[in-house]
Amino acid sequence: MARAKLSMRERYRLLTRDLDWEPTYVEPEKVYPYTRYEGIKIHDWDAWEDPFRLTVDSYAKYQAEKDKKLYAVVEGFAQGQGHLSLSDARYVNSLKLFLCGVTPLEYAAHRHFGFLARYLDGPGARFAALCQSIDELRHTQTEIHTISQYNKYYGGLHNFSQMHDRVWYLSVPKSFFEDGISAGPFEFLTAISFSFEYFLTNLLFVPFMSGASFNGDLATMTFGFSAQSDESRHMTLGLEVIKFMLEQDEGNVPIIQDWIDKWFWRGYRLLSLVASMMDYMLPKKIMSWKESFELYLEQQMLEGLFPDLEYYGIRPPRHVQQAITEKDYMSHQVAWILYQFSFAANFNATVPPKEEMDWMSQAYPDTFDRHYRPLWERARSLQEQGKRFFFQGLPMLCQTCQIPMGFTEPGDPTTLCVRTSEYRGERFNFCSDGCKWIFDREPEKYVQAWLPVHQIYQGNCGGTSIPEVLEWYGIQDGVDNGEYLTSPDKANWDKWHAPSVVGGGVS
Amino acid sequence: MTSPQKVRQVGVDLQDSEETRPLLEAIEQDNPGANVSRMPGLVKIQKPGELVIRRETVEDRMGREWETHEFQVSIVSYSGNIAVWDDDEIVIKWEH
Repeated sequence: MARAKLSMRERYRLLTRDLDWEPTYVEPEKVYPYTRYEGIKIHDWDAWEDPFRLTVDSYAKYQAEKDKKLYAVVEGFAQGQGHLSLSDARYVNSLKLFLCGVTPLEYAAHRHFGFLARYLDGPGARFAALCQSIDELRHTQTEIHTISQYNKYYGGLHNFSQMHDRVWYLSVPKSFFEDGISAGPFEFLTAISFSFEYFLTNLLFVPFMSGASFNGDLATMTFGFSAQSDESRHMTLGLEVIKFMLEQDEGNVPIIQDWIDKWFWRGYRLLSLVASMMDYMLPKKIMSWKESFELYLEQQMLEGLFPDLEYYGIRPPRHVQQAITEKDYMSHQVAWILYQFSFAANFNATVPPKEEMDWMSQAYPDTFDRHYRPLWERARSLQEQGKRFFFQGLPMLCQTCQIPMGFTEPGDPTTLCVRTSEYRGERFNFCSDGCKWIFDREPEKYVQAWLPVHQIYQGNCGGTSIPEVLEWYGIQDGVDNGEYLTSPDKANWDKWHAPSVVGGGVS
Repeated sequence: MTSPQKVRQVGVDLQDSEETRPLLEAIEQDNPGANVSRMPGLVKIQKPGELVIRRETVEDRMGREWETHEFQVSIVSYSGNIAVWDDDEIVIKWEH
């Protein structure tokens, strides 16, 4: 087969620059109406560099290859009853979190990058956005196909889309992404391409994908590797867009700094769900949240990336010091919140077994035994007496991140942190200085938040009783929610793994 | 800058499979001093300063034609900046 005569560089140039034109019938500002109002100044879109330089032919070829490989594994996994090789049914709760929390964000990203593929002025940027839009749809589809297999055998996975729109803890990822898609294009690119997909990406993906690998989940692990190969393009887009904006005009620097500050904190609070997942939902641990944070954020990002950005006058995110301080206790605080409210969630929670508590004593030597072991031991004792503890009521949510207000003052895990702001005569509550700062910059945006607990009290969630709310959520009471040890998931698991002479597994 | 510049690590994480084995060998050959470590399904390659992937070396190891575009099928993550990506090589390093 003859080698292509054109170089990669030349093919890319023809696709992006050569096919582009200056509009003459219409003012450029009318063709691209959204890229001026944020105050970001772009003087030369042609300076956009895309290292990957994919063209339609190479994109389609390699993406098709990735899909074929993945679906072959998914089929084999299903045919071989692969789920029986999981470390424990308890692990599946991490997938319930992922499918309902993360997959809908992939879909939203697909939609928004499609919007950017039309409305960014530069052809290189538009084509990169188009590829990402298709990538994100592929991720949505592959996640659904991969994880839906588990729906045949485990609870909580049957209605991810409805749950994402309605369930209290899922408003955390939902509101995060809606904050981004309701912002302008440059803020969205800073929020998602840079902050989420470059700066914070490893903190999201490694726990889930390595967690899958360590816990016998071949299907999800294979999906993870398939998606990660696209992620390197997304990371590149994120880094490219940040440098592009910073290089185009010095006036862009303070605007971008503010966005970096905002989106680090929003993303970090969102990741608290991942932190508690990796420390509490994985029977086989990869590493602690603390270790993960130290490696991926402190070392790779703060010591690796930010010195590069210093060149442009960008400093590390405001409030990053609090995140560093909190690494010793934040995951435990959020795990405790999820444990006591799991009656209203689509996953089961339980007190960690003794070996895991001992692991946590090692991983968190300054905080676990002092502040959290006593709490979990008390919870275990109640559980064993048949009085499993659930919070009797509903929590106050932070107006910005929408997480229940269980966070504490920086450096002091014993004192609850509450911040407030008044806006047009009404008081709003926040879990931290970071969330308050975000609100105070754009109060008009956050006063419109759809807070799940407020909505329940206002009678907008199916009724005034918990069973009515659960039905509105689409959560099967006694199946999807509550305590793991008394759940159908555990009962089935034990049945499937009971010694038997005939056949294998599920009946 | 008040503190002395230490040379920062750049790196790439690859899928650990039979397909990527020759790719890994090529990278090790072209980047003496690179540190290779493994996690399940993953190979981490790290090196201070700069990492280069050369098509010719990869083709030599694989025993077939290989285009640099194929690299993106095997990559999981990278740390640094993609400074060069053309038909013959890929270079990862920090810019400033």
